[in-house]
Amino acid sequence: MTRALIVHRAGPGTSVQDRGRPGFLAQGLSRGGAADRLALAEGAALLRQDSQLAALELVGTGGDFEVTADTRIALTGAPMRATIDGAPIVWNASHLLPQGARLSIGAARTGNYGYLHLGGGLDLPTLLTARSAHLAAGLNGPVQAGSRLPLGPDAKPDQTGLTLGTNERFDGGTVRFVAGPQTPLFDASEIDRFTAMGFRRDTRGNRMGVKLFCDGAGFHSDAGLSVLSEVITPGDIQITGDGSPFVLLGECQTTGGYPRIGSVLPCDLPRVAQARPGDILRFSLIPLAEAVEVERREDTRRKTLRNQLRPLIRDPHNIHDLLSYQLISGVTAGDDLERDIP
Amino acid sequence: MVPHSNWPRISTLGVDGFLISFGDRLSEPANRAALAFRAALDHADWAGVEETSTSLTSAYLRFDPLAQDHAALQTRLDGLLAADDWYKAELPGGRRLWRIPTVYGTDLAPQLGEAAQAAGLTVEQAIASISETQVRVQAIGFAPGQPYLGELADCWDIPRQTTLSDNVPQGALVVAIRQLVLFSVTTPTGWRHIAQTGFRLFRPDTDTPFTLRPGDEVLFPPTTPERLANMKADGPDGGATSEVLT
Repeated sequence: MTRALIVHRAGPGTSVQDRGRPGFLAQGLSRGGAADRLALAEGAALLRQDSQLAALELVGTGGDFEVTADTRIALTGAPMRATIDGAPIVWNASHLLPQGARLSIGAARTGNYGYLHLGGGLDLPTLLTARSAHLAAGLNGPVQAGSRLPLGPDAKPDQTGLTLGTNERFDGGTVRFVAGPQTPLFDASEIDRFTAMGFRRDTRGNRMGVKLFCDGAGFHSDAGLSVLSEVITPGDIQITGDGSPFVLLGECQTTGGYPRIGSVLPCDLPRVAQARPGDILRFSLIPLAEAVEVERREDTRRKTLRNQLRPLIRDPHNIHDLLSYQLISGVTAGDDLERDIP
Repeated sequence: MVPHSNWPRISTLGVDGFLISFGDRLSEPANRAALAFRAALDHADWAGVEETSTSLTSAYLRFDPLAQDHAALQTRLDGLLAADDWYKAELPGGRRLWRIPTVYGTDLAPQLGEAAQAAGLTVEQAIASISETQVRVQAIGFAPGQPYLGELADCWDIPRQTTLSDNVPQGALVVAIRQLVLFSVTTPTGWRHIAQTGFRLFRPDTDTPFTLRPGDEVLFPPTTPERLANMKADGPDGGATSEVLT
């Protein structure tokens, strides 16, 4: 019988996500996919499985989950408080979730988007080449309490207890961008002001994009608001009617009429998506050739995440059945403290 | 129309794209050039190119910059651009004429009166003007399968509203700046909602998820709310028919 993830409770906006649907831009459908694509790669590395597999994207908070058979899980992205049957488990690590145990994931400590990955991936039928929800286009919807999501076959059902160092991107910071076709609509002085300013992430924001709030005057382009609707892509920094920037994310529209000051590098977009209201984001304009090299380095790093896996060292305080471990006689397999709980 | 000497223009868009623009104002030759150039890109099928699309007056190409460097691709684009007079290109082949039954005004489309007034027409004149103009799909974009349609008579050069209308429904026909947009999803908009259809532009569960293509032509013949309700009940075409243009 097919294993399944049972969703007892899920925060609003929880959805199944993968790498999205590239290839439908000409038909008006943006690629969508996980808001934090690095987190998707990290989960695949932790479970040593294909990064095409779908995971559960948790927005701001998690939920309560159960599996119908023992299943490996990994938790990545915005760190959230997580327990299995009440015992805390480490974020950015892989664990065994026993059949029938209750996985509870609470609010994010920093960042917005956390991910629950499962061994074998969430095996929903593909719709237009992918399993992910595209909420703006109405493709699949948010995951509701009571859902039962089928899991694919797991090639390595025994490998758990691994962790990855965190790539900090959950509280704003500096993101790099390149100039584009409409950058010349902005005076050099406006671009200087843009790159010198710190922007607060507005409360408005979703998988389509994030509005930023400037403390000073808004930004002005020569085109005003008369730019012809043009191709837009994730990462583009639109300057909207009130002069404040709006950074487009994966589920953005495919055309837009606001002038764009430039485009954020794909590898820096998770930092934009993860910034929370009030976090400060800054923009650094870099030459295209440098941007390509940055992307190349990040691509290599993403592809070699598996080399950075370390065994999870357990904190004895977090082992609820510590007394059941054979700690004294010395005749053990040596991995007791690294084995998954309970 | 003679294009300005600054056009066409090739720019990079993001780290992984090129935009080939044929003008910064909508014109029939620039629109045809964009569609034809994108078709030529697809036909060329260069290594490293991942997808192409068009807007009203530009073609776009997304590629893998780690597999193909910008300079080499730019040289190829320059060569292809110089190989033809794209502003004189033919419209795409296999175009179709769609007739989509449409309810003008009524409580289904509350802004017909104010749009007619902005265009300097009576409501009857406005319905005649829109329903008798055969418009063309100039671009698909913004939302899945959603067409920008034009071009309407001069009097329809009316601005977008300064404030957005909430949740204009799927199938709505909206107007501004001598263009119509037919909505594929329910969305807020600055365009005025003048008519309503029962036509589904995006059908993700079917073999033809996107119904309209750039170059297709469309007529919006008037119908009544009662007839539209019946046609909607019959399926996602909402009574629409199509024929191949020859």
